[in-house]
Amino acid sequence: MESLIPLHRLSLGSFGKVRKLTAKGNSRRRLLDLGFIYDTKVEVLRKSPSGDPVAYEIRGAVIALRSEEASKILVECLEPDR
Amino acid sequence: MALTYQSTGPDVLKKMFQVQMNSPDDLLIALGGNPNTGKSTVFNSLTGLNQHTGNWPGKTVTNAHGKYTHKGDSFTLVDLPGTYSLLANSAEEEVARDFICFGRPDATVVVTDATCLERNLYVVLQVIEISNNVIVCVNLLDEANKKKIHIDLHKLSTLLGVPVIGTNARGGVGLEELKDVVYRVATSEVKADPVKICYDEVVEDTLRLLEPCIREKIKNKINSRWVALRLIEGDSTISDSLKNYLGIDIRGDNAINSALKEVEQYLKQKQIEKDELRDRLVTGIVKLAEDIREKTVSFDNKQYNQLERKIDNVLTSRVFGIPIMLALLGIVFWLTIQGANYPSQVLATVFFWIEGRLTDFFMWAGLPDWLHGALVLGMYRTLAWVVSVMLPPMAIFFPLFTLLEDLGYLPRVAFNLDNYFKKACAHGKQALTMCMGFGCNAAGVIACRIIDSPRERLIATITNNFVPCNGRFPTLIALAIIFIAGATGKCQSIVASLSILGVIVLGVVITLLISRILSKTILKGLPSSFTLELPPYRKPQIGRIIVRSIYDRTLFVLTRALMVAAPAGLLTWLLANVHVGDMSILQHWAHVLDPLAYWLGLDGYILLAFILGFPANEIVIPIVIMSYVATGHIIELDSLEALKELFVANGWTWLTGVCTMLFCLNHFPCGTTMLTIYKETQSKKWPLVAFFVPTITGIVLCFALAQTARLLGLV
Repeated sequence: MESLIPLHRLSLGSFGKVRKLTAKGNSRRRLLDLGFIYDTKVEVLRKSPSGDPVAYEIRGAVIALRSEEASKILVECLEPDR
Repeated sequence: MALTYQSTGPDVLKKMFQVQMNSPDDLLIALGGNPNTGKSTVFNSLTGLNQHTGNWPGKTVTNAHGKYTHKGDSFTLVDLPGTYSLLANSAEEEVARDFICFGRPDATVVVTDATCLERNLYVVLQVIEISNNVIVCVNLLDEANKKKIHIDLHKLSTLLGVPVIGTNARGGVGLEELKDVVYRVATSEVKADPVKICYDEVVEDTLRLLEPCIREKIKNKINSRWVALRLIEGDSTISDSLKNYLGIDIRGDNAINSALKEVEQYLKQKQIEKDELRDRLVTGIVKLAEDIREKTVSFDNKQYNQLERKIDNVLTSRVFGIPIMLALLGIVFWLTIQGANYPSQVLATVFFWIEGRLTDFFMWAGLPDWLHGALVLGMYRTLAWVVSVMLPPMAIFFPLFTLLEDLGYLPRVAFNLDNYFKKACAHGKQALTMCMGFGCNAAGVIACRIIDSPRERLIATITNNFVPCNGRFPTLIALAIIFIAGATGKCQSIVASLSILGVIVLGVVITLLISRILSKTILKGLPSSFTLELPPYRKPQIGRIIVRSIYDRTLFVLTRALMVAAPAGLLTWLLANVHVGDMSILQHWAHVLDPLAYWLGLDGYILLAFILGFPANEIVIPIVIMSYVATGHIIELDSLEALKELFVANGWTWLTGVCTMLFCLNHFPCGTTMLTIYKETQSKKWPLVAFFVPTITGIVLCFALAQTARLLGLV
């Protein structure tokens, strides 16, 4: 059983699978609308010049999240696929 | 149930949604979908109504209406705000949802992006849940083809149970077919049988408890399953909407209330929390969207977005991201300054030739001097100045800027700069509203609607004026050329571009500082949640951009010149030439302002021009010119060289020029912007704050610069 890490800790270029959202209220609703639901694959695409926010690819779209938001998404780290 | 659709329907439409229909027989069509799917292009192509279309998420915040006829029937098309969801998380989502549900459109067209179908299907499925009369328009098929993404439209239609039309709205492909299908759905020629979204056992169980009594209450007015779902997830807006639009009070209904209690008990028994239930609802829709995408979309080229990623790697890179951004902006300014030079001179020559002929005519007709002064030297000259100096830079700057916008570069700017905004406790999308401010601060203030959190929206609204707009740009350019780049010879336009870039960077720095100060004082709070989509780059339609920008800008500048500059020119001439005692009214006023102006590195006339320029910033320089000209130095103002002579003759130094630029960047917003802030905030307090914050900033900056320069003996 892999341990869960918050999305913003995932290193650049790696993949994760969404396991749990700890966000509440409106922030949670937004993340759900973006498709951050259980088992969804997320790729850490790129960092902005100052390192935050970070752009993720999820369900075919590129979404930038600040670390505050990303830290509320717990993921399981996946092996990067070729 | 006295309220029928006939009695509430049209009223609801008129009052709540402000849709104007020619006749009750008009077919009403709603146009919804995600932002950035070419929804506005579809809207424009169908209605022919000219509307600004952008390439960043959340742009179409106000819903526009348009009309078209097809096969002899007239259609009213309502462009809903682009939303990623209809779960009423924001005002836009609520508007879109309420219109589709309660506005009773004869059909709803959902525009989707073929290159990112899954994400778009999320909204499609939500619309299908509300209404049967849905048509899915899969747009941007050309982009999808280029990326070798294939979509089985027939299968998609079968799976969704509604008509699906593939289009390339920019190329005009598929629109006739779309109109045909809309016609057939709206006239009930085609009866759709939309897919039913199935949720997990728990949700379906609760639906079984609640739906029957809701169906009993609302009859067949709207989809009872959908209303039940909203109540289960605890969405309180739906009860209000039902009451407002249909006059149905479900809060006071005993049967529904007891069913809701049963639902609550059932959930308690299963140990499920409210938040979790919502997750389950969303999961149901997302999974179905995923399933449908898997069955209908195939990628021939798995690396379809590699090029895009490479471009983004450079444009948002740690090292090059911000320098590239500044360089692009610098190039835009350089092209503007360099390119505007010649047309400005041609226009000036033409206008002053006409002025000469007008003067000849006044002489020939033996008309009095004062009339010639008021009409020609006052009204006509101001008009000529505004057109010849304002028009060329605007006609060049805007196509270039729109090009960056259409390419999809602006969201990258927001991405690059977000961290600075975060440190200022502001919202990253403020960068986008600032970009709009380049065009017009009033438009920038309206653009602040894309920021959901009220606190951050207010910060963006109050600070928008620190971005120089349309009306202030040419003033800055002219002053930069005269007083900063003046003696640099060949490199003049480069030095001028760099100075303008410096002014913009200063504006951004001030915006960030003021945002932070506001966050620590009157608008306390922490940054709220921030999500930003970085949409795919799009090939801009260069031809359309040029035609549209030049046409729009020319029209805009000319209208403003006629409506504001001409009357203001007349008034100023009168003020400058009507004498009370030994001085004109303008001189009296300027003398009163002189001491204060001196401390700010300006003179009384300049400060007065800023005050008189409150209706429109364009007329500040013409007022200054007229004040000086009326005091005796009559010259032909047909070039910037002549302008410089006039200014220098009236005691301007480089310090006056720079302080005027500073004050131009930092002073109260124009009348239109003030009115817009009042309308957007619905309060008298915030326009006042927006008035004083930049003004005080400008006073402090000018005072500090002027005093330092004088102390150091630099002037």
